[in-house]
Amino acid sequence: MITLESFLLVSALLFALGLAAVLTRRNAIMILIGIELMLSAANLNFVAFWRFGANPEALTGVLFVLFSIAVAAAEAAVGLALIIMIYRHYRSINPLKFNVLNG
Amino acid sequence: MIRKAEDSECPQPGTCSPARAAVEDRCLAGIGSSRVYPARRSLPQREESRLGGMRQGMLVGTVVLVLLAAAAVLYTIAPESLTAVAWDAMRNPDQAPVLLKHGFLDYLATAWGLSPTAIEHVSIQITISSLLAFFCLLFALTSLVERKVFARIQNRYGPNRVGPWGLFQPIADGIKMLTKEDIVPRNADKVVHLLAPVVMLVPALIVLAILPYGPGMVPIELEVGILLFFALGAVTEVAVFMAGWGSSNKYSLLGAMRAIAQMISYEMPLILAAIAVVMMTGSLSPVAIVESQEGYSMGFVPDWFVLTPWGIVGFIIFFIAAQAESNRSPFDLPEGESELVAGHLTEYSGFKYAVFFMAEYIGLFAISGLAATLFLGGWHAPLPVLDFIPGYVWFIVKLYALVLLAIWIRGTVPRIRGDQLMGFAWKFMTPMGFATIAAAATWHYAGPGPVGWLIAGALVLIPFLLLSRVFSTRYPVRTYRYSER
Amino acid sequence: MITDAAFIAFAVLGIVTLGATLGAVAMRDPVHCGLALALAFCGVGGFYILLGAEFLGFIQLLVYVGAVAVLIMFVILLTRRPDSGQDTNSRGFWSALAGSGVALGVFAVLAVAISRSPSIQTATPADPEASIAAIGRMLVSSHLLPLKMIGVLLTVALIGGVLGAMQEGGKLER
Repeated sequence: MITLESFLLVSALLFALGLAAVLTRRNAIMILIGIELMLSAANLNFVAFWRFGANPEALTGVLFVLFSIAVAAAEAAVGLALIIMIYRHYRSINPLKFNVLNG
Repeated sequence: MIRKAEDSECPQPGTCSPARAAVEDRCLAGIGSSRVYPARRSLPQREESRLGGMRQGMLVGTVVLVLLAAAAVLYTIAPESLTAVAWDAMRNPDQAPVLLKHGFLDYLATAWGLSPTAIEHVSIQITISSLLAFFCLLFALTSLVERKVFARIQNRYGPNRVGPWGLFQPIADGIKMLTKEDIVPRNADKVVHLLAPVVMLVPALIVLAILPYGPGMVPIELEVGILLFFALGAVTEVAVFMAGWGSSNKYSLLGAMRAIAQMISYEMPLILAAIAVVMMTGSLSPVAIVESQEGYSMGFVPDWFVLTPWGIVGFIIFFIAAQAESNRSPFDLPEGESELVAGHLTEYSGFKYAVFFMAEYIGLFAISGLAATLFLGGWHAPLPVLDFIPGYVWFIVKLYALVLLAIWIRGTVPRIRGDQLMGFAWKFMTPMGFATIAAAATWHYAGPGPVGWLIAGALVLIPFLLLSRVFSTRYPVRTYRYSER
Repeated sequence: MITDAAFIAFAVLGIVTLGATLGAVAMRDPVHCGLALALAFCGVGGFYILLGAEFLGFIQLLVYVGAVAVLIMFVILLTRRPDSGQDTNSRGFWSALAGSGVALGVFAVLAVAISRSPSIQTATPADPEASIAAIGRMLVSSHLLPLKMIGVLLTVALIGGVLGAMQEGGKLER
């Protein structure tokens, strides 16, 4: 028997791992990977709540995840294009080196 | 024009006509008109091959006799209930595989007393094994047929040493592949290098499960079958990347990059062409799509999607994009041997290479099967008269006709340049895909009639003419003269 | 619908997804991280299918594995420095420890919240059907505005991506 709790725990672990990637890696791509993982965790929560929720005919969870996936795809494309541009400029993708505005 | 030659000129009186031989001789000598291009059969053959033909005939006869004898023996020793099932299947050939399977399962349930769960497992196993066996045999056959057709196109013999007509060549190839040394480059990423062929093959095999082989004969009846097909097709890109990167070879990596760029680009027109069909049917289920193409208009023209203005364009787009997706000529730049050795397959040898090879062919079967499902009416017969032939035969015939068409294209069309490849995908195929969708929408409202033909036809023809005019290279048309005077 | 088979599927999916995620976060070579990320996305798609949203599961596979993960690997290869070799990509021991600690704390808070919440414990699974026809109908009726907005967003992202790929002079990079 799988409960809602188990799905939520998996998604919480996914979120925490994504957060760890964002906080510990010094590579812009790895940070983007962490963000994608956190988004996936959120999506998993939406689907789980839809499945166990009170009003599943409304399909809100599914539709929200559909939109979220589309937004994530756009975000990944733009984010990676930004990383490429930054790499062209600084010859590095270490976010600690992007410090021109530090004054 | 053709000079009647003496019989003595023909090296083998029984097998080739004197006139043909004369043409052949004159061609070889470079004199006379060669507009009558000699068929390859008329090449002078060795005397022994005629004897070989007799031997081959005897061999085939023996095999048929042995099979008949085996069937008779099976009939006598099989229990009564099973033979009844076999007779049932023979009386209703259209459903024969289903009847056989269910009869066998009933027999297991009654005679062996298996539980329903066990029966379910056996049923799944039977379906999977028969699918795998069939497609692996088809793969073996196709690897031979492709070489034979190539040879015919290039005026060669092709494999003819192993077995009658070279029929056992795939077995010999398989033995060779399996016994070869498996070389892994020292700098290779061992795990990724090992996993790449597996990741390549598994989606290609899973995808076979959604194809409707005949009425009531679809392994997994899925509401989102078409989507599953494209989703698993996307996984192939990761496999190609793994192969290219794991080999740690610059040719592999470059080939993989090209392959992925090409697959992503051609996925657009592929999916757009499929979307037109999905729009018309209102379903992503392959079974529903095939069922909606049932029937004949005017009594003999089948209601297949390929016979509508948007369907023919969609089918052509789908077929071209399918060639690019499976990295086949003329889109085989990723493994263009003149530039990149063998692309992402460079560092693969032995069994791993064989797995890649197999995945490529199974993928070709799957996408041809999908094309037959989407546009060519799946299991439906092309004429009402031919309805007595079982549906699964029609499906396989259509699938294999598309495979043969792909082989033909590969044998005749030269490889195109990289920038042309990308330009073709984005500037021509994708806009045409959108035009197909627009045409399908108008067809839906105008209905299948003269008005529908006019509007939908215009909607695909005008973009086609415009695009081909705008993106024309404006090179003068080159004419080739082969040994013509 | 939820049976023992589903439980086994859940266990396998959970182990694969979380293992792949851990790999994607912690492996040294960014390319390995990208491949592990693709596997993790597959696992999340499997969860969607397990939850009865087949459509979403395959969309996840198509978009995330086929596009996002491949794109990420492309960019990893494009931004590799031949001289830098296999960089460790972590901010040093102490900051890594601090980051992991924060992530662990967030997980602990979430886990406690999940286990304390009474409504989650008593939730019984309905057996909803996420039929594509229903999804499609809702997309073009009650959710039409978000759909259009997604279209605009994707167009903007497309234009932005093309402009970003251009060199500063406005010429396409060769």
